[in-house]
Amino acid sequence: MSLERFDYDVIASWIEPGERVLDLGCGDGSLLRHLKAVRQIRGYGVENNPERLVACVRNGINVIQIDLDQGLAGFDDGFFDHVIMSLSLQAMHNTQDILREMLRVGREAVVSFPNFAYWRHRQAILNGHMPVSKNLPYQWYDTPNVRFFTIADFEVLCEQEGIVIHERLAFDEDKVILDEPNFLASVALYRLGRKA
Amino acid sequence: MHAQSVGTVAPQTAHFTEPLPLKSGGALPEYDLVYETYGQLNAERSNAVLVCHALSGSHHVAGIDATTGAVGWWDNLVGPGKPLDTNRFFVIGVNNLGGCYGSSGPKSINPATGKPWGADFPFVTVEDWVVAQARLADRLGIGRFAAVVGGSLGGMQALSWTLQYPDRVAHALVIASAPKLTAQNIAFNEVARQAILKDPDFHGGHYYEHGVVPVRGLALARMVGHITYLSDDAMGQKFGRTLRHDKPVFSYDVEFEIESYLRYQGDKFAGFFDANTYLLTTKALDYYDPAFDFNGDLVAALGRAKAEFLVVSFSTDWRFSPARSREIVYALMHSDRRVSYAEVDCAAGHDSFLLDEPQYHAVLRAYIDNIRF
Repeated sequence: MSLERFDYDVIASWIEPGERVLDLGCGDGSLLRHLKAVRQIRGYGVENNPERLVACVRNGINVIQIDLDQGLAGFDDGFFDHVIMSLSLQAMHNTQDILREMLRVGREAVVSFPNFAYWRHRQAILNGHMPVSKNLPYQWYDTPNVRFFTIADFEVLCEQEGIVIHERLAFDEDKVILDEPNFLASVALYRLGRKA
Repeated sequence: MHAQSVGTVAPQTAHFTEPLPLKSGGALPEYDLVYETYGQLNAERSNAVLVCHALSGSHHVAGIDATTGAVGWWDNLVGPGKPLDTNRFFVIGVNNLGGCYGSSGPKSINPATGKPWGADFPFVTVEDWVVAQARLADRLGIGRFAAVVGGSLGGMQALSWTLQYPDRVAHALVIASAPKLTAQNIAFNEVARQAILKDPDFHGGHYYEHGVVPVRGLALARMVGHITYLSDDAMGQKFGRTLRHDKPVFSYDVEFEIESYLRYQGDKFAGFFDANTYLLTTKALDYYDPAFDFNGDLVAALGRAKAEFLVVSFSTDWRFSPARSREIVYALMHSDRRVSYAEVDCAAGHDSFLLDEPQYHAVLRAYIDNIRF
């Protein structure tokens, strides 16, 4: 899955020039490459897929191969300004651990995920089928996604974990959704911090 | 693009008369370094890549030796169209000091006595090797390497290059290596050394004068080494419990195929390698610890580096495990160095770094293709 450019622009707007940025599940490194170009960041990606790792190396991105299910052992507390996980949280088993780890090694976390309560997904379920869409392109039997949650669910978890939501942007395709995001938005993007 | 061999190659010798100060104290008054080169040095002298060898390696990295016909130990990596492409790069392999392939070592004549150095050859360290390699680079007119590459002990040299000469190396490829050996790793080296030191033919390291070689000790040392270079799975797949006579015959002769393999490898090695070189080189491995002068703080130690790094480890390597490579990676990251790290799934244990496993070579090729000079 890849983020669209408008998401890149939002993330870039949350990042100061020269920051240290860690991108978890960085794919071929496009986001880090973008942030390097527009924000001159010092970026590192984490990727465990062999082909995507080679793509990162080819793209000249610093990439570190580790299995995120093992957490971020070896990363110092607070080393990064921002730790990003774009459209991957729903594919992680240890949701709470990874959120804690992101906010341990980073001052802030940036997280995006597909909203399973999006109205088209609700419609698919009402029609008797699991949703398949641009942001959920898999069939139920071959999906890498293991956690199915909504914007409302995520915000409950943040409250429970003492995670502060600094900003939230919700989208339907490239359109920003301000009203009823849990119903009308297909993707949500958050800037998160620790409770002071 | 079809990958080819660099073809027939012949070593060269560089003689140095300026004494080389050694970390162990004292100095080597004069010395030879034997080396090979592949590809062409460009007019700017900016496309040179140094390949550092491991415990039993040599300067003969690639191609076919003109005299012996032997194929270089990293021939699958170095050549026209190969990941380290000699159409682009000028690649140098050097036999390290203390070696037994032509560079000055225990087998060489000590100018002070007119006899082989034997056990009197001074202790040499990774850092000493790097200084000697730098002097060879000076001789060849190379100010800065586009890359320094090495696996295992060779990886330690590549790392040390970035710390001793930060301005003279643009990229370091540190493969199947470690920032220092663990106690367990030193323990294996010590067993190997004791096998040699306790061989009656060792004669305190002056066996050349007695016309003998401590072949039993050296073979045992190599057998221990071989066990640690392979993974349990690889050994199981290759040999299993296969019996030569299909049933136990209750003898200490070779019965299990793994025994046959180890004895063959040990005897073969003892037939050409020098026992004193084995002792010296395992000590160089044991002593290497760039964080030692920084109270064990690897981040501070590696902060001197200016190079960009590629670190690679192999999933089944337990002699230089992925965890040890990750120590290097995290220390580099935490000192804001540019670093990428691949942990390659390969069944062959430590020996994986010498293979052309597709993912491994894809990572190397992608990284090396991006090196500009």
